[in-house]
Amino acid sequence: MTRYQKRKAINCFNMGMCVATTAFGLFWLMWLLWTLVSHGVGHLDWQVFTRPTPAPGNDGGLSNAIVGSLLVVGIGTLVGAPIGVLAGTYLAEYGRYSRLGAIVRFFNDVLLSVPSIIIGLFIYQLMVVTMGHFSALAGGVALALIMIPLVLRITENMMRLVSDEMREAAAALGIPRWKIITRIVYRAAMSGIATGVILGIARIAGESAPLLFTALNNNFFSLDVLQPIANLPIMIFQFALSPYEDWHHLAWVGAFLITFAILALNILVRFGLRSNRQEQ
Amino acid sequence: MSNLTANEQGDAVVQPGRRATGIVGDRVFRQLSGLCALIVLGLIMAIAVALVIGAWPALRQFGVGFVTSTQWNPVTDEYGALVAIFGTLASSLMALIIAVPVSFGIALFTTELAPAWLRQPISTAIELLAAVPSIIYGMWGIFVFAPFLSTWVQPPLSRWLGDMALLGYLFRGPPIGIGIFTAGLVLSIMIVPFITAVMRDTFNVVPPLLKESAYALGATTWEVARSVILPYTRVGVIGGIMLGLGRALGETMAVTFVIGNAHTIPQGLFYPGNSIAATLANEFTEATGELYTSSLIALGLVLFLITLIVLVLARLLLMSLAGGQGHSEGAS
Repeated sequence: MTRYQKRKAINCFNMGMCVATTAFGLFWLMWLLWTLVSHGVGHLDWQVFTRPTPAPGNDGGLSNAIVGSLLVVGIGTLVGAPIGVLAGTYLAEYGRYSRLGAIVRFFNDVLLSVPSIIIGLFIYQLMVVTMGHFSALAGGVALALIMIPLVLRITENMMRLVSDEMREAAAALGIPRWKIITRIVYRAAMSGIATGVILGIARIAGESAPLLFTALNNNFFSLDVLQPIANLPIMIFQFALSPYEDWHHLAWVGAFLITFAILALNILVRFGLRSNRQEQ
Repeated sequence: MSNLTANEQGDAVVQPGRRATGIVGDRVFRQLSGLCALIVLGLIMAIAVALVIGAWPALRQFGVGFVTSTQWNPVTDEYGALVAIFGTLASSLMALIIAVPVSFGIALFTTELAPAWLRQPISTAIELLAAVPSIIYGMWGIFVFAPFLSTWVQPPLSRWLGDMALLGYLFRGPPIGIGIFTAGLVLSIMIVPFITAVMRDTFNVVPPLLKESAYALGATTWEVARSVILPYTRVGVIGGIMLGLGRALGETMAVTFVIGNAHTIPQGLFYPGNSIAATLANEFTEATGELYTSSLIALGLVLFLITLIVLVLARLLLMSLAGGQGHSEGAS
């Protein structure tokens, strides 16, 4: 074999491996989704949305877990999104070149990858121990802490994309800076910031580790934010590890619902973002 | 213009009322957003402080022995973290060994090989792997993947490789489908999207001129990747790998399902073990007694410190890129 042929063969082999690894990655996604569809769809019916979780052997659904999840994620979003957006605003508008801004940016990036179970432990120490019991509120705050770094980062990036000419033009008209930010920069970056919040919601909707020590679980329907509350991820965790066949079925239905809701949010955001970029 | 009046020198000034709202509004808004930024900064410290306070009784009781002891016995109230630390490191290391070459291949495919119309859909599909909740990986892992491994993968592996001289012990153990091996595999799938995103973003900033020069000299695609792209993006690639490692170390629910929850140091990859996050998920809500809870929080503190070191290193590496090479804005 000549040297040239050898190089060509190595190239062919390695490029083939690249294609193979990509197929490998996509294969897992397909396998996961197929598992969810094949195990989950069969047991999906109206009962799932209208009835609370059953005792083993009885009929029932997931209504309390679905409502509980919405409530906890709602609390997380209401607490996390404003803090994330405002902190992102500070970094983009006031702290762009300051040392404090750089430090906050750095630790935010670290916070983005801190294990979510650590966040759960932290909120357990902070809220559950002091309040004396598990609660939906504590779960919501734990989720908010996971959401903040993501929203902060996307908000800052999106606000930086707004051209400085726009800010300068507004400043030249004598508009106070806070009005420039809230009326002009926010409006220009609105779709990007909304994207960040939706991605944040998609991120926290499937989180179970931080809820284990904070919201706990509840087999009954509850809307009380100061009491433990049912939620889909923990329900899936409990039911999947239980020995009862019908609980397994409900766990698969829950897994199917939550995964496809999250994937739908992700895909929606990506399409929205792309069409938006093309307009600009 | 009604709010503008001329003062004695004839300069236009804003009337006090309107002007005041501007100044007050400015101050309030600036301080409010600054406060939120400080909250983010304070969080990391608050987490560390809260964990140290919670872990204090256990640390005082066991001292340094906490991280070197393999005892984990709620009955006799003796706790040591070594088994969990070992399981965390072993499963994460195995995940990295698999995920790094796979991510490299995918990143190379989406930046260099794939036709333009295919790049975005494939990148999106790989990123969706990161969007799937970790508990779903766990369920799939224990109900679908583990039975598959125990029938089709583990028996042949231990038959063919189990007798090998040095590495053989890696492939020994009961072929039951759960254990360090399965945990590592599932983790590797979970961290592929994170490493791929960082690699892809750094590959994208290699100046086309460099690549074209190499092609003009007759280099093959692989030679360009190895001798031009990789050296140019080395720091970013390492940063991305460490980011993936940070993810793998703290991954909880998926590992909890498949690692086996055995409080012994595993004798091979197929043996069940335990990880820090899995121990916490399994035992925390059922822990009774101050020392037990405190020991679990101390485990959390150990995990927090390990991930913090890895993540800070990763971010420093990626930040040193921001100036010269490329800025990573990949999956988060």
